[in-house]
Amino acid sequence: MARAIKSITNPNLHLQILTPEDVKKIHDATLWIVEKTGVRFPSKRALDIWEAHGARVDHEKMIVRAEAGLIESALKSCPPIYPLAARDPQQNLLLDGNHVFVGTDGCGVEVMDIRTGQRRISSLQDVREIARIADATEEVAFHWVPVSAQDMPPETRGLHELKAIWENSTKHLQTESIYSEREARAAIEMAALIVGDKNELRNRPVLSLMQCSASPLGHDAGSLDAALVASEYGIPTGFMTMAANLTTGPATLAGNLAVGNAEVITGTALIQLAFPGAPVFYAAAQTASDLRTGAYTGGGPEDFLYGAATNVLADFYNIPLSMGSFATGAKEPNWQAGIENSLSTFMACVSMSDMLLGVGLLHGSRIWSFAEMMLDCEIYSIIHKTMQGIVVNDETLALDTISTVGAGGNFLSQKHTLKHMREIFLSQFMDRRPYSEWETRREDARDWALAKANKILNDHQPEPLDDKISAEMEKIISSVERH
Amino acid sequence: MNEELFDKMAQSIIDGDSDIAVALAKQSIETGMDPLDAITKGFVNGVNKVGENFSCGQAFLPELVMAGEAMKAAVATLEPEMQKRGTSRQVFGKVVLATVEGDIHEIGKSLVGTMLSASGFQVYDLGVDVPAAKIITKVREVDANLVGLSALLTTTMVKQKEVIDELDKQGLRKQVKVMVGGAPVTREWVQKIEADGYSEDAIGAVALAKKLVGIS
Repeated sequence: MARAIKSITNPNLHLQILTPEDVKKIHDATLWIVEKTGVRFPSKRALDIWEAHGARVDHEKMIVRAEAGLIESALKSCPPIYPLAARDPQQNLLLDGNHVFVGTDGCGVEVMDIRTGQRRISSLQDVREIARIADATEEVAFHWVPVSAQDMPPETRGLHELKAIWENSTKHLQTESIYSEREARAAIEMAALIVGDKNELRNRPVLSLMQCSASPLGHDAGSLDAALVASEYGIPTGFMTMAANLTTGPATLAGNLAVGNAEVITGTALIQLAFPGAPVFYAAAQTASDLRTGAYTGGGPEDFLYGAATNVLADFYNIPLSMGSFATGAKEPNWQAGIENSLSTFMACVSMSDMLLGVGLLHGSRIWSFAEMMLDCEIYSIIHKTMQGIVVNDETLALDTISTVGAGGNFLSQKHTLKHMREIFLSQFMDRRPYSEWETRREDARDWALAKANKILNDHQPEPLDDKISAEMEKIISSVERH
Repeated sequence: MNEELFDKMAQSIIDGDSDIAVALAKQSIETGMDPLDAITKGFVNGVNKVGENFSCGQAFLPELVMAGEAMKAAVATLEPEMQKRGTSRQVFGKVVLATVEGDIHEIGKSLVGTMLSASGFQVYDLGVDVPAAKIITKVREVDANLVGLSALLTTTMVKQKEVIDELDKQGLRKQVKVMVGGAPVTREWVQKIEADGYSEDAIGAVALAKKLVGIS
């Protein structure tokens, strides 16, 4: 049975973060970078495609320099609207610019064990359990590979992760952990089993692929080849920039946006040159490096600004955005996690980013916490509610009721109250108990969140994947392992 | 006279100005100054000052890196003169650095290289996507006593173990300490692959390297 998915749509809140002139300046700066400085494409296939379309290619350094016209015309063939399909078709996600969907974060390397509370290296069983919990929550609309299945062989790890998620959820799967041509081909075979055959993937892409760029101004060879293979079969593909102020990008926000944009739109243009009309998305998780250590921060005002600004850029190119929000740098679910994940997600939502990544990871997307996953879902629900804004009409102005109650009465026993009270947000994890009650137990949101995750894990049985499909998937993985 | 030059040398490092540092190094050679004096009485004081400022929160990473690069440029300018005189700068250790095979992410590794070199280590940075055999060859060639291995992906992190196993197989494991780094690297991983240590950032990597070669 299909479960509801909570998406933000028709929002009443708006924010202007960049003027059209600002966007034009960033776009022009990006084109300048692409034409003059160039972007590195360390893949023979990619370089050949660029060259065939008239870009200047330095084969030795693997740098592509393309004129504005080539990039702009290539981007014109990007489809502006398309669905991400799910195993359960009722959970398909329409990327139409008027929906915000949340995924799980990825790809962590450690897990706070749900039973022992101890931190340990992540495994395939964690991927299964996280997928199962995500399947049950209405906030999570799609999956990323949440943690790395480090007990599986490196050359097929990404495939084991896909199978584990499909076996435990009916929702769409976007993987960030397939970055070789061979794994991409196998992943497509696996996805095809779900929808019947490879051609049907064009209509029902139950899988999408996210590839990281190599900032500044570069791409990874395996990622490019995997993206090209996926696009050939109509699998939605996106390039994610993580260019960070001070280290992989300039110290200034505008410059860093331009660097990231150059990476993303050249990757996107390459896909369009190879397969015009292939579904693509923009992806970004830009941040500022820590001033003292240079480390990835995963939070702070710069992230919040990027969160809102990036969707303006993606809208300019008329393609959906997969945006890094949440992903706190905090070491445990705490004050910092609450601030970073709330503000980053709010800012990404207020500009209507299509996909948000994602719930559940701590320490800059490294440590999975089931408690954080549930708390992040609640943060999203709060923002979801806030985004609806204030509806002003005769019914909501409630003049009849106000006049009935009059001065000094109360509204508790009014029919109007009964009718509308469930519109008030009901928090699962905020502590609104009397002080004395808190004092006797002293547990908090983290305990309740963990208990909820535990309960879902015990109770929720996802709609199983056909055993035959599972067995076929296993065969595909084994054949890659034997290769 | 020399004091004034030493001060300028230190200042060029504090300002992170490689051009001025190189010009001052050349000037010192022309005036017949012992290059070791130029380093220990001049340039190094700048590195120390930036280090102090960093420690008390008044300087930030880009200033440390620029100071490191200016220092490297000054030392490189003085190198031929040192060779001519048959002297050499005392180094704390020889470090071979690499991002392991299959991985192209190197910003952290390069940062570690700059910081180690500014802190008095001789650094041989082999770049990215480096196979174990190439690392072993370099260790033998320069008689290194430290190896630093970087990886960003869990799928390439396993290559860190491969390098350690290979060092062991070739009987080099006693002579070199191995430090590892990269976002997915954890203490548990370090124990599992029997590396000698890891750090989550470049400053920590310098402290670790010093500890591993027996200086504090």
